[in-house]
Amino acid sequence: MHHVLLHILKTGIVTGETPRLTEDLAQQAELLARKGFGRFGHTLSIRHVDAGSCNGCEAEISMMSGPCYMLEHLGFRFVASPRHADLLLVTGPVSRHMKEALLATWEAMPHPKIVVSTGDCALDGGLFKSSYAVEGGVSSVIPVDVHIPGCPPDPESLIRGLLTAVGG
Amino acid sequence: MTTTLATTVLDLDGPGYENLSRRMHEEQYRLVSVWASEDHRNIRVFSAYMNGVNLVIGRFSVPGTEQTFPSIASLFPAASRMERTIRDLWGWRPANAHDLRPWLDHGLWKHPPLSGESPPASNSPDTPPSADYAFIPVEGVGVHEIPVGPVHAGLIEPGHFRFQVVGEKVLRLEERLGYTHKGIERLWQGSSLEKAIKLAGRISGDTTVGHALAFSRAVESARGHRVPLRGQYLRALLLERERIANHLGDLGALANDAGLGFGLSQFIILKEGFLRQNRTIFGHRLLMDQILPGGVVTNPDPESVATMISEGEALLEQIRVLETIINEHGGLQDRFFGTGILTPEAAQEWGLCGFVGRASGQKTDLRTSCPEPPFDTIAVNRGVDTGGDVRARVAIRFFEVIESLRLQRLILESLPEGAISETTGTTGGEGEGVGLVEGWRGEILCWVHLGEGEKILAAHAHDPSTILWPALEWAVPGNLVADFPLINKSFNLSYSGQDG
Repeated sequence: MHHVLLHILKTGIVTGETPRLTEDLAQQAELLARKGFGRFGHTLSIRHVDAGSCNGCEAEISMMSGPCYMLEHLGFRFVASPRHADLLLVTGPVSRHMKEALLATWEAMPHPKIVVSTGDCALDGGLFKSSYAVEGGVSSVIPVDVHIPGCPPDPESLIRGLLTAVGG
Repeated sequence: MTTTLATTVLDLDGPGYENLSRRMHEEQYRLVSVWASEDHRNIRVFSAYMNGVNLVIGRFSVPGTEQTFPSIASLFPAASRMERTIRDLWGWRPANAHDLRPWLDHGLWKHPPLSGESPPASNSPDTPPSADYAFIPVEGVGVHEIPVGPVHAGLIEPGHFRFQVVGEKVLRLEERLGYTHKGIERLWQGSSLEKAIKLAGRISGDTTVGHALAFSRAVESARGHRVPLRGQYLRALLLERERIANHLGDLGALANDAGLGFGLSQFIILKEGFLRQNRTIFGHRLLMDQILPGGVVTNPDPESVATMISEGEALLEQIRVLETIINEHGGLQDRFFGTGILTPEAAQEWGLCGFVGRASGQKTDLRTSCPEPPFDTIAVNRGVDTGGDVRARVAIRFFEVIESLRLQRLILESLPEGAISETTGTTGGEGEGVGLVEGWRGEILCWVHLGEGEKILAAHAHDPSTILWPALEWAVPGNLVADFPLINKSFNLSYSGQDG
């Protein structure tokens, strides 16, 4: 046990600074805050749904919760049930086989609900656009408030996107 | 003793295709992949087997009048899901197969989507989903079912698990996958090389290097291109870096799933530093789009080479400290030991590869059995454990991450000078090629049928998860439901890679 404690002490605090919003994101955040989304302040529950991603986005999303980014210190936490969630974080081009599950998850969330789509293929299908197996972007299935571009977006971009969604 | 891959391709008729499977079974080959293609109105089914340096591919041209091909699943059980996939995508039936339930087809397709006769419209209206998937029921007093997924509680990919349970003990687990099916094989048909290699890098994001390399090797073997030595060394470096990053993340998650959050935090710090280094040197944290047919994209300068060597040394030191802590942690070892046992006998029957296979006594590793440069001069140490439990898979992952760091240092220290890629050019006739790669999960196979110039006529990518998913079903029965996440994480298979 003392090895563990010693190692924790030696490691110290590795959390970096919170990424700042770029100007256009700050403007978008203000618009969303006026819509009433700002009320979530600093306690926001996220439900993540993989709607057919290649798992590259998942790899980066899971890095956000680590000590280097400490998503929780910004007031965000991941929850297991959509019924406890304020924000739906969706990855993938929305495969046809995930459309139903994505809709069911979204419908199970209480109002008001924010949807953030993540990764280039979540915008419009990306590389997988025009496939028989793909719907073609999250917004073709549910309304999207904020989109985070990137293939995959890095943790800083993900955090900026989440902060934008809650009004900065 | 020869150590270079020896590929034999056999054109067979129906009985010949079946006979080949019998001969391969007798000669203790393992099945790598079964797939199909249709081009020039020619319908073909392929099966690839491997033993030592020998790769044998049987090609069966299905006569136009028939819609069936011989099933080999009675000898190679792992073939079953791949044959069901062929039926779902092309509509050709595996004759004499025991299991004819749909696999990738979730009841939304009017026609088999890859069958040339009826190209599906991308936005055709949904047909009502067919009746529920026919899970194999377990009957008896006190048996109940737990359905899980496709959306899981954690940050993972979608898939459905059906547990048959008595009390807290799992009697049977059955998987239902295909939720992330994106139709990559169809997207490949007629695509340019440039788009095709991007798609290959996104079959499974955590294996982007492995799949892009397998695809590139397939193209190179079809065209007879050679990659400059420095390019080959850098490819091996990228592949080992992908292996290191994935093992680091999974080792942390495994400690966390057994209740030691400290492990997750520490390994995530190490992984984050490693990914940042990837971005600094190669421009991408996950190393996407770094490999192209003919070579690699980024040529690290001497400073970057030195940075990677010193980073590796520091990382090695940290990993050894964490390994000692984890090995000496009674609570963790109690959860790891004897949990999720996959016996060497089962692993052999299913022809398992990768670290899961090596944790269950299988000695397969393409880097040692048919080494390509730099592994012709740098010998890879292969870890093997016969326990087959979570503990064994953790031990093998520790062994491999440490070994990969050693390999990284040796590769960097002996990095040859010269070009990193050869222009493959856009000229060249029609041809087929195969690429094999020992990815971090196991053997990746890619088959490419190139047309004139730069067009892809057809291609198939085989992710090792396809072979390893059924093995998870064998490792879980007899364990507690609560141990499933731990067992699942110790495998950490790709949903997207198997769904295609």
